[in-house]
Amino acid sequence: MENIVNLTITEIHKLLTDKELSAVELTKAFLDYIDRIDPTIRAFITVTENTALAQAEEIDRAIAQGKKIGLLSGVPMALKDNLCTAGVKTTCCSKMLENWVSPYSATVVEKLQEAGAIMLGKLNMDEFAMGSSTENSKFFTTKNPWDTSRVPGGSSGGPTAAVAAGEAIYTLGSDTGGSIRQPASFCGVVGLKPTYGRVSRYGLIAFASSLDQIGPITKNVRDCAIVLKAISGFDPYDSTSVDIEVPDYEKALTGEVNGLRIGIPKEYFEIGISKEITEKVLKAVELLEDLGAVCEEMSLPHTEYALPAYYVIAPAEASSNLARFDGVSYGYRDENAEDVISMYKNSRGEGLGPEVKRRIMLGTYALSSGYYDAYYLKAQKVRTLIKQDFDKAFEKFDAFITPTTPSIAFKAGDKVEDPLAMYKSDLFTVPSNMAGIPAISVPCGFAEGMPVGLQIIAKPFAEETLLRIAYAYENCRGTEVLLPDLEVN
Amino acid sequence: MTISLKELEHVAELARLSIPENELKAYTCQLDDILKSIEKLKELDTDNVEPTAHILPVRNVMRGDIVREGIGREDALGGAPDVEEGQFKVPKIV
Amino acid sequence: MTEYEAVIGLEVHAELKTNSKIFCFCTTEFGGKPNTHVCPICLGLPGTLPVLNEKVVDLAIKAGLALNCEIAEFSKFDRKNYYYPDLPKNFQISQYDLPIAREGYLNIDVDGRQKRIGITRLHMEEDAGKLVHSGDSITGADYSLVDYNRTGVPLIEIVSEPDMSSPEEARAYLDQLKAILEYTDVSDCKMQEGSLRCDANVSVRPKGSQKLGTKTEVKNMNSFRALQRALEYEIERQIEVLEEGGQVVQETRSWNEARGITETMRSKEDAHDYRYLPEPDLVPLVIDVEWVERIRQTIPELPLERKKRFVEEYGLPEYDAGVVTSSKKLADFFEACVEKFGNPKEVSNWIMGELMRLLNANNMELNDSPVTPGGLIRILELVKEGTISGKIAKQVFEEMFNTGETPDAIIKKKNLIQISDSGELEGIIASVMENNPKSVEDYRSGKKQALKFLVGQVMKETKGKANPQLVNDILLKKLSE
Repeated sequence: MENIVNLTITEIHKLLTDKELSAVELTKAFLDYIDRIDPTIRAFITVTENTALAQAEEIDRAIAQGKKIGLLSGVPMALKDNLCTAGVKTTCCSKMLENWVSPYSATVVEKLQEAGAIMLGKLNMDEFAMGSSTENSKFFTTKNPWDTSRVPGGSSGGPTAAVAAGEAIYTLGSDTGGSIRQPASFCGVVGLKPTYGRVSRYGLIAFASSLDQIGPITKNVRDCAIVLKAISGFDPYDSTSVDIEVPDYEKALTGEVNGLRIGIPKEYFEIGISKEITEKVLKAVELLEDLGAVCEEMSLPHTEYALPAYYVIAPAEASSNLARFDGVSYGYRDENAEDVISMYKNSRGEGLGPEVKRRIMLGTYALSSGYYDAYYLKAQKVRTLIKQDFDKAFEKFDAFITPTTPSIAFKAGDKVEDPLAMYKSDLFTVPSNMAGIPAISVPCGFAEGMPVGLQIIAKPFAEETLLRIAYAYENCRGTEVLLPDLEVN
Repeated sequence: MTISLKELEHVAELARLSIPENELKAYTCQLDDILKSIEKLKELDTDNVEPTAHILPVRNVMRGDIVREGIGREDALGGAPDVEEGQFKVPKIV
Repeated sequence: MTEYEAVIGLEVHAELKTNSKIFCFCTTEFGGKPNTHVCPICLGLPGTLPVLNEKVVDLAIKAGLALNCEIAEFSKFDRKNYYYPDLPKNFQISQYDLPIAREGYLNIDVDGRQKRIGITRLHMEEDAGKLVHSGDSITGADYSLVDYNRTGVPLIEIVSEPDMSSPEEARAYLDQLKAILEYTDVSDCKMQEGSLRCDANVSVRPKGSQKLGTKTEVKNMNSFRALQRALEYEIERQIEVLEEGGQVVQETRSWNEARGITETMRSKEDAHDYRYLPEPDLVPLVIDVEWVERIRQTIPELPLERKKRFVEEYGLPEYDAGVVTSSKKLADFFEACVEKFGNPKEVSNWIMGELMRLLNANNMELNDSPVTPGGLIRILELVKEGTISGKIAKQVFEEMFNTGETPDAIIKKKNLIQISDSGELEGIIASVMENNPKSVEDYRSGKKQALKFLVGQVMKETKGKANPQLVNDILLKKLSE
């Protein structure tokens, strides 16, 4: 069999429809590979071997009957463990939900199931998606496939590491302040956060509802376009999903960027960024200029305020969203509590990890009587300013290019004791969540042997622009090996 | 300090979180650090700025008044730590 | 001695008449086995999101208009955060600073005097679940059981201005509010099923004073009578505190129906910090003029207007008109009868007498009874044409109330047709006179009241079926022979 690690969606589709490979063979190969490699990477929380094989058999039957199958049919994928899957544990990597099995599936999960996807399992993450290194998982830490002494980033560290290690063709993550793009950058894969409202959040266990979006993590831009199309669209179960047509994103992958106006916001190159990363990003900008894009330095003046405003709004919403984890009707309960209040306090105190508790307290404080105006209202107003920065700049530019993160993947344990330092790795990703606009991270080379990510930001619902630029760049960059050499035989 | 130990205890109470005595100080210091970094927002004059709660200009998303079957009682109670007579059982309230 | 006056404001919660819950597709039907009218959304399972039921907004606008409120052009939902086991998400989706309606009023009649009570605001929210405590009450219960069937049933909360100055006015306000909500088909307003609930803010002050006294909030009043009793008690209690030189403490008190007193529930210091925040999962509402006008078209004649019309159009006494229009169903019933039969006063007598007596005795609503306007009209016709007597008519009505059979069927089955055949009556009268010679003698010797006795004897003999007028006539004739 071919080296499954390097396969892409279109390649698999061809292999399956040409009957060179069956979905069951493919699935088995992935399950074998996960068996071998995951003890090193530790991306998977749950491997759903039986259902994966059953799904694969169904696809094979369909193929044998001569049925036409979609691009994602028979393609093995895996999901961040905050996406609800009926019948399969959804833990959010928290003791609170360690044994919780959802009675329903997230809309994106249903969409992928209908598309014939094969789910290999559920992936590690920072508890309740709060973190930037996956070290906040209650269960274990995922390793960066490029250097296992380093973190994969977070909170979607499991999903990005799994793709980088070739354990799944694609994965879905969620991004509240950079949780897809930051780890995609650290792991050298493509990660896209759609426009707020592009993808239904129904069944995504909420962290901060006004910021959360689900998005694809893939090896290349084309796969990203394919998966994004499959999961996008209005959902009557999510009032904040938007009822506008989903374009065929693959059509944007022309390699053409001629005439596109791209802004290079100077603020993203000023604040504590590594020199090597700046160089890589600017090299990518040059490449795009060579392709005819018009790149120009410009300013998004409120950039530095995005992070502090984010660390008010996200925890405030989280403090309310996570109030439901109380030990009453599901999840962890302190069985010894004698009254309801101590049951609440102990169940939450023991069932939630330190970072989650920290953010709940921070958010509770920001909303509490006497502090609301100074913190929460202020942050909402600053959010308006950030949005206005972008709105104004979009009058002149189609997109912006920035580094995804200020530094490369750091060593495991480096920032565990210093939450504020950890927060700063979201510096460049947070603004697009605050403005609700789409952004993608694409690998753009290496620094100190670790991947560097290039972030492209576009107008609301202009995912096509993101993909167009990302694809043109990827095409031009060359298809040098972008996956780590992991095969351990 | 932006937040005192006593305020932290109050916040933990509001959020129904038991925090062991020996961790209170560490949490207070960490929250103090974070809150200090948030003070940066004060640099901005936002007197005439409207707050943003919803980033999209979408309005009036509603559904019709239609009844659909819910989930069975078994599924509803499936994840419950304690159940009696088809209901969720909780320890005494007062 | 100082004279005091009370200052009362009411907060009323009414369940809206929708098929499905406010944010999910579950039925709002009352009853049902515990935790059977639930889904992942109203159970507050992780990952679920609310989607607003359009009918809820329609009904809230309707209630707002019926209460003379301004309907907000821009409105939104907020989360009210507090921990309680009947609240699966530990926040309630409600409306905080931008309610759907505000600044309205309704008029009440107390002792023939009309008074306008201001409405501060009206907003939409979701109901909580139901707790059942082991033992008799929450205090002393070892554990509690939670049923989420009611969770997510749509409510409106209507907050009045502190414009009421007596328990009677509060009662009249609640009566009027209930009637308006029923007339507009916004709510069933069944207090016994919890679809109408009421809390009160109460303070007292020396009569004539402009300064408000310290108020208490009184909760847990489960009937109209409880509201009145609780207010009477609480006003008395506050006056006593002041008279003894003390100060009223701002707090929330609970009405203890069994003991007939209000008790401290929580002090001001323990007041909740609800940490309201805009509900990020629901987009704002923009209500344009067309929407408001579309709803305005559906508002029927309201109770006070109808009462006024009944007085003017049908010549009903004020009192009768008030009773008959106290519920829309009763008023509709009345008008249906009058349209066919005329005689408004006779119809209202029947409604206020027999019909309401039987409804109250059986603790039923008009809808639950099989009596139709057609049935009552038929009875009235039968009396008018002399087929049955007025006394028998009441018997037929009760039978109809209990069985749902038609008056004609009842009369036939029970053989209740009035005896208006003079030949038949003459025989009976003759035997009555024969058996009561003393009475006959008395009458003839000038004791005219003996006639009444003899008529009674004839009625008894005929089991009330004799045509009383005819009996009277024949007797008079025979006695004077």
